[in-house]
Amino acid sequence: MSAVMTPSPPAPPSPPARGSVSSSTASPWRRAKSAAASFLIVASLVVALVPLVLIVGYVIVRGIDSISWAFLTDDIPILSRSEGPGMGPAVVGTLLITGAATVMAVPLGILGGIYLNEYSARSALGRAVSFLAEVMTGVPSIVMGLFIYSIWVLRYGVSGFAGALALACLMLPVVIRTTEETLKLVPSDMRESAYALGGRKAGTILRVVLPAAAPGIVSGALLAVARAAGETAPLLFTILTVNQTNTNLFHGPNTTLSVQIFRNAQQVFPGPQERAWGAALTLIAIVFIFTLLARGLSAVFARKHRV
Amino acid sequence: MAIDTALPPTPAPGHLGGARPPGRTTDRAFRILAFAAGFLVLVILVLIAYSTISKAWPAFRDEGLDYFTSDTWDPAHAAFGTLAFSFGTLVISVIALLVSVPISIGIALFVTELSPRWMRRPIVTLVDLLAAVPSVVYGLWGLLVLVPALPGFYQDWHDLFAGVPVLGGLFDGDPIAGKAFMTAGLILAIMITPIITAVTRETFTTVPQAQKDAALAMGATRWEMIRAAVFPHSRSGMTAAILIGLGRAMGETIAVALVIGSSPQITEKLFSSGDALPAVIVNQFGESTGTYQAALIGMGVVLFFLTLIIGVIARTALARADRKLGAP
Repeated sequence: MSAVMTPSPPAPPSPPARGSVSSSTASPWRRAKSAAASFLIVASLVVALVPLVLIVGYVIVRGIDSISWAFLTDDIPILSRSEGPGMGPAVVGTLLITGAATVMAVPLGILGGIYLNEYSARSALGRAVSFLAEVMTGVPSIVMGLFIYSIWVLRYGVSGFAGALALACLMLPVVIRTTEETLKLVPSDMRESAYALGGRKAGTILRVVLPAAAPGIVSGALLAVARAAGETAPLLFTILTVNQTNTNLFHGPNTTLSVQIFRNAQQVFPGPQERAWGAALTLIAIVFIFTLLARGLSAVFARKHRV
Repeated sequence: MAIDTALPPTPAPGHLGGARPPGRTTDRAFRILAFAAGFLVLVILVLIAYSTISKAWPAFRDEGLDYFTSDTWDPAHAAFGTLAFSFGTLVISVIALLVSVPISIGIALFVTELSPRWMRRPIVTLVDLLAAVPSVVYGLWGLLVLVPALPGFYQDWHDLFAGVPVLGGLFDGDPIAGKAFMTAGLILAIMITPIITAVTRETFTTVPQAQKDAALAMGATRWEMIRAAVFPHSRSGMTAAILIGLGRAMGETIAVALVIGSSPQITEKLFSSGDALPAVIVNQFGESTGTYQAALIGMGVVLFFLTLIIGVIARTALARADRKLGAP
């Protein structure tokens, strides 16, 4: 179940050189069928990796020329068809809005995960919440955008904060579930030792259980951040767009790299298309760094808790 | 693990709240805080349903059943039938699953049954990176690279199958376009492959080694072993994986909005432009007001409940797969 977001090392011990003995006794037709299946299995891997290479390659090749200090800091040209740099407001907006969403969703998500594993692991309510959190990870991001539009934007207007609320709703169930799954792996001996030393539940959780689970939890949070940083659909009508940097999270429209890619991709002029590729490279770099960091941390956690 | 330093025998009062007996208030406060955070999931889900339904209500009320069964979408004349969009969502999701499911099962089999040990982790990382690419980047690539390149390919495809009973009708366009159902379906296939692979792989790793060894010992070839031991054991997990992929495909918005062509029509010709529920929402929301906007939010309601139902079925299937293993 946790496969959705938590990368876990696929490592069932397998005996060496399986299949070789048996296939030598099988009829040629059966051996041919098995070989064909093996070929198709390898081919499917190749087919899946071709788009990854193509997309990342394209983004790097087309985007690398746009990237410069001016590109990352200048304002976005007012006349969208004009050429030249400027994605500064989008870089600031991405960091600001994703950061605000993280500040809201990660602490709440960790607390929620603690509740599910440490306080209510056997209760019906706990199991229901855990199940629904898992289901909630599948709610489309556009629905979160419409939700925040309905309860927030219609009352208080667009702002970076409205976008951050939508992203936080997307991140929350991910952080809750990864925290819960990680806490499950902390040996109960550690909790019992802490109780035996006179620790109370809250103290035990905060000072013994959480530190032990920290790499796994941080890894889950980083994956959630990476996912949120790339989101576009929930931001389009909660933050709208601007051409100048807006550092006020709570007032006025804002913009992000993802929104700028969406807008510029639809322009037929070369200038905005170049900016879209540049923004895509910047965004992919941010997202990949977070993802690889998360995988590294989860590997650390897996090694620490190897049975 | 340095438990001894982490937890002193006598808890420092200042640290645990300073109440007497030490920590009881903190304990209770922390418990309530954690409960509130967990309960937030329920609150958000209920709020999503309530707020979107209430905002969409004018459209549901005015259109009645026509909202779902009519294919006339004409905001200028206050006609809001969403059938063509639902049709588009269905078509592109089916294309995506047909392409992606065999490939995902193949990758999962490769990682669990075929690959040398040292290759497993790098491959899993690569497939996960495919999931990490933001959907707007898929959209950008699809729109600026794939869309211009595809019509020629579609034309060849069409010529190849012209005259073949069913396929000849499917592999056609009205006219053949780069922005088409097929393009959106193919992009979606790339996007949902990592998630289907991850869930399927997880299921395959739970197949007991003894069963696989037994099949091989009986003289089964590797493929026969996979069919006899791996697939029967993994049926629930694979069902769940496909459903989770379906949910993702239906809700995916930005990439589809960029490559589907935004021309609602109900046709069996897969190389024609179409439209899909989430794509309509992002493309038209900015210019909408009143009942028009309510109708767009209504599509969000439809998506929410469809993905919720699919999610519940998928997670139930996964739970059943876990139970079969005797896991708690």
